[in-house]
Amino acid sequence: MTAHHPDAALALLPNHHPSDALLVAYGAGSLGEGLSLAVAVHLAHCPDCRATLAEVEALGGALLEDLPPAPLESLSLAATLDRLDREEAPANPCKALRLKPSLGKPSLGKPKAGSAPQPAMGLPRPLRAYVPSLDSLSWQRLAPGVRRVELLPRTASGGAAQLLRIAPGTALPHHGHGGLELTVVLSGHFADELGRYGPGDLAEVDGDTNHQPIADSHRDCICLIATDAPLRFTGLMGRLMQPFIGL
Amino acid sequence: MIAPLATLLTHAAGADRAKAGLAARGCDDPAAARLSADLVAVAAGDRQAFARLFAHFAPRVKAYMLKLGMPAQRAEDLAQDTMLSVWRKAQLYDPSKAEAATWVFTIARNLRIDVLRRERHPEVSDDELLEHEDDRPPADELLDGDRRARRLRGALAALTPEQAEVVRLSFFADLAHPAIAERLDVPLGTVKSRLRLAMAKIRKALGDDDR
Repeated sequence: MTAHHPDAALALLPNHHPSDALLVAYGAGSLGEGLSLAVAVHLAHCPDCRATLAEVEALGGALLEDLPPAPLESLSLAATLDRLDREEAPANPCKALRLKPSLGKPSLGKPKAGSAPQPAMGLPRPLRAYVPSLDSLSWQRLAPGVRRVELLPRTASGGAAQLLRIAPGTALPHHGHGGLELTVVLSGHFADELGRYGPGDLAEVDGDTNHQPIADSHRDCICLIATDAPLRFTGLMGRLMQPFIGL
Repeated sequence: MIAPLATLLTHAAGADRAKAGLAARGCDDPAAARLSADLVAVAAGDRQAFARLFAHFAPRVKAYMLKLGMPAQRAEDLAQDTMLSVWRKAQLYDPSKAEAATWVFTIARNLRIDVLRRERHPEVSDDELLEHEDDRPPADELLDGDRRARRLRGALAALTPEQAEVVRLSFFADLAHPAIAERLDVPLGTVKSRLRLAMAKIRKALGDDDR
């Protein structure tokens, strides 16, 4: 399935998917927040990968079942029921949920009457917990044709995530990668040696892979880029910044 | 606590549904279905069902936290926190989509990430899938819960020791793939291919190997 027309892109399923190994890491909870965010954005577009994730989580459940039970403190259940009683005083069962990070934040995306689920510039939900809408962002100029917004400058596990907005026809320098770098397209397209990437497509690059992405549609390509290490001027962002900050 | 009639009915319906399911399947391993029915009952406020779930899951969640390197007291607290979350979120549990153990695992995992790393685990819930119809039959039509559970255990048992090792390190050591590679002294690509092969076995066991 190829995206023939930019406006048709949202109706298409992604072509580029996270590896099984990456989905295991996501489901096991061993990925940092930025990388997990990139995977979650892809998952929002991709029923196939959601099915794989369900299998990974089922695997987690089976592993949990298999663990030799650790003895609890003697009053463990009583203590828990006690806390439950205190919590229930103002009965509001659905309050403390964190299952849907989006619930607490109203979507600022403009709903279009009659249009199918999402407006063109609508953000995938996992991202809405971090940015209200793409229109509200203040983009910072990074290089000719490239702007960015820092999402997670440095997460607790050492990773980072940012949004890049790349003007049509802009080619990023040929570069290799130090660690794991995930790029997921939010709108527009880019292409590299491995193919063409549209909304929801995820490029997973690690180790010594080389690639040279080019924004190749007639409008800006906006993507989320997450890395597993602080930016040490090795990945895409580093190479971009190098000429400009003299490193 | 006196449950209102409606919730009692819901509970009864859940239990009946589970029993009917068991009878229909002639199931020899009712554990998964019983836990699932208890979780449905907890959504309706059934404390006895909660106590049973607690007895089953809390010691396992504690073991999970201990495995991930938490001190005993912290692991105990997190096991209790996980079970409190189970109580609060039980209404969101859909027995046709996941086993009870799967669901409890995801809650424990998210809590662990929250506490251990002070990070969030960004997720997508089912109603958030963008613009694509999922025409796949729901999980319960592919395989019912108990058969899924048993097949999954079979597949776990059938992993090679090397595959099982990377799977366990992924779930229980909070290690990224390069760190796993380093610990096992194998190339990164080997870690990833072992995980891929392990997932292929899991997928096949769950009867979803046409992808």
